Amino acid sequence: MSSIPDRTWLWFAATFYLAGFVLGTVALLRERRHSRTWMYIFIWAGFVFQTCGLALRGKAVHGCPISNLFELFQFTAWSATSLYLVIGPTFRLSLLGYFNACLSATLTFVSLLVPVWDSIHRARTPGSSPWIEFHAALALFSYGVFGLLALTSIMYLLQVFSLKRQHLRGFFSFLPSIVDLDHINLRLLTAGAVLMTAALSVGYVHWVHDRDSVPAIKILVTGSIWAAYAVALILRLRGILLTKRLAWTCIVLFVAALFSLGIIESSRKTPTAVQTAASHE
Amino acid sequence: MSPTLFTLGVNHHTTPIELREKLALTADKMNAFCERLSHLAGLREYAVLNTCNRVEFYGLATTAETVEQLQHEFCAFQGFSGAEFAAIRQHALNREAIQHLLEVSSGLNSQMLGETEILGQVKEAYAAAQTRHSVGPVLNRVFQKTFQYAKHVRTTTAITEGQISVANVAVDLATKIFGALAGAQILLLGAGEIGDKTAKAFQSRGARSLTVASRRLERAQELASTLNAAALPFEQWPAHLADFDIVVCSTAAPETVVTGNTIRNAIKKRPARPLFFIDLAMPRDVEPTAAEVENVFLYNLDDLAKIADENLAARTAEVKRAREILTEKANTLWEQIAAKFSPPSEPASLTRDVPLDRCINK
Repeated sequence: MSSIPDRTWLWFAATFYLAGFVLGTVALLRERRHSRTWMYIFIWAGFVFQTCGLALRGKAVHGCPISNLFELFQFTAWSATSLYLVIGPTFRLSLLGYFNACLSATLTFVSLLVPVWDSIHRARTPGSSPWIEFHAALALFSYGVFGLLALTSIMYLLQVFSLKRQHLRGFFSFLPSIVDLDHINLRLLTAGAVLMTAALSVGYVHWVHDRDSVPAIKILVTGSIWAAYAVALILRLRGILLTKRLAWTCIVLFVAALFSLGIIESSRKTPTAVQTAASHE
Repeated sequence: MSPTLFTLGVNHHTTPIELREKLALTADKMNAFCERLSHLAGLREYAVLNTCNRVEFYGLATTAETVEQLQHEFCAFQGFSGAEFAAIRQHALNREAIQHLLEVSSGLNSQMLGETEILGQVKEAYAAAQTRHSVGPVLNRVFQKTFQYAKHVRTTTAITEGQISVANVAVDLATKIFGALAGAQILLLGAGEIGDKTAKAFQSRGARSLTVASRRLERAQELASTLNAAALPFEQWPAHLADFDIVVCSTAAPETVVTGNTIRNAIKKRPARPLFFIDLAMPRDVEPTAAEVENVFLYNLDDLAKIADENLAARTAEVKRAREILTEKANTLWEQIAAKFSPPSEPASLTRDVPLDRCINK
């Protein structure tokens, strides 16, 4: 495995995600339900290859592979896919696999096609706490959850549009019910908010011991994203932020979360080149 | 002589309901007639498909005369004129008989194109024949392959996709909003026939909680008792509107019954859960502006009829493709049976008697 560069594994992964997306698109254009088995096979294959690629990365950087924007996008896609593979069979939401393949293909291809995102790696402080790694991984995993939430929110809006405008055939006929989507949205929002709260709590414990280690802009941006999701959850639970407004909020917040990754990454104080398998390509 | 595979009977394509009623077999009659058939010389195997739209015999006969004898026995048993039966009967032999059974089982031959209930009825007919020991190696193979091919056609074509009755379209829409209907609270406003049909369509898809409200409380109670539902005095429904998920409106009121304001007040009490109005009344019961309310979905009779028509058009467009698939399957199956059981070429008397275009229903 180690003889193949990590980026090659990640290209394979992106290709399989893209294959899942193409499979779903072709089926929808033909107004047929796509093969659930083949969709699972493509997404599983993409997930396995991505895991291999990220594992090599992790080995190279001696930690969780989230040391630059390229890895952050890859890890977010990996988190969303792993969550889909866990909850997909449970909730049996038709089209969720298709949307997940679309999101993962987009995140992985975009990150692979922008070389500058992978040109610099943040150096790890020798002897740094594994809790920091845990904090970062957990925070990014919550972004994966929010990514999936954005997808189910898009599906919710499409279903509402379909029923209100009476466009019921073709693509729209395969969407899950509004109530099912609303339930899964609430669960994902809750799960994402809890995970992010846990991640920030771990980070906070580290930060109070070493206040200079975290740039202020990172605290501000991450805290804002967390607060926005927390407020959205509270408003949802209190019956204030509901239906389409909740769905739009979740989509906008995820886009903001993705942009925040760029802001956080550019705020690093001392970017340092680290030798990884990528440089062997 | 070697045996001949045949189908003989009447169905809705050529036989009006008054005649189908006379030819239908009740359970007692079915048993009595099958007892007679068991003594019919030359009839090696048979099964009877008896539904509200058709009485058809599928069998394996030693000679063409055996089929004529079966027809004679059936007419005599039902007290029906043989000449009249000959004018309306539909029958086919060998490959065409298989093709007919395949088309019947796939819903291509049904009054409601693509309906799926018929496959269950064919399975029941086959099971009954097995119980009577009236099927053997030929019909066993034909029926078992038929079930397989009918399923294949359903999954590879859109012949069964989309509902084509107003009531079922309404139920389909409800599942797009609520998913499973077991927990949905349904209110029937009006106790007319169309409301009754829609309620039954909901119950057939798992809905359990129904309430009927009508201006005549006794009529509401009467319908509620047949549906195993609750009855609600008509003047009380606005106060309880927020408790319901689906409202089926079919009153005969000349003016609007459900106003936009009533709906807005109800949705305020349940903002997170959608409210679905199915307005089957003419003139309409629900104020059209209700469709603009967030989380409220409103479909009237025209909307539902339009969807049903679109679905029917989509099914009709698939008939040619489905028939081509079934023709290929019928050919293959017939070749297998002909090779294995070596039935003869079609008896001259029957093929002359019945033109091929009459053999298979269009």
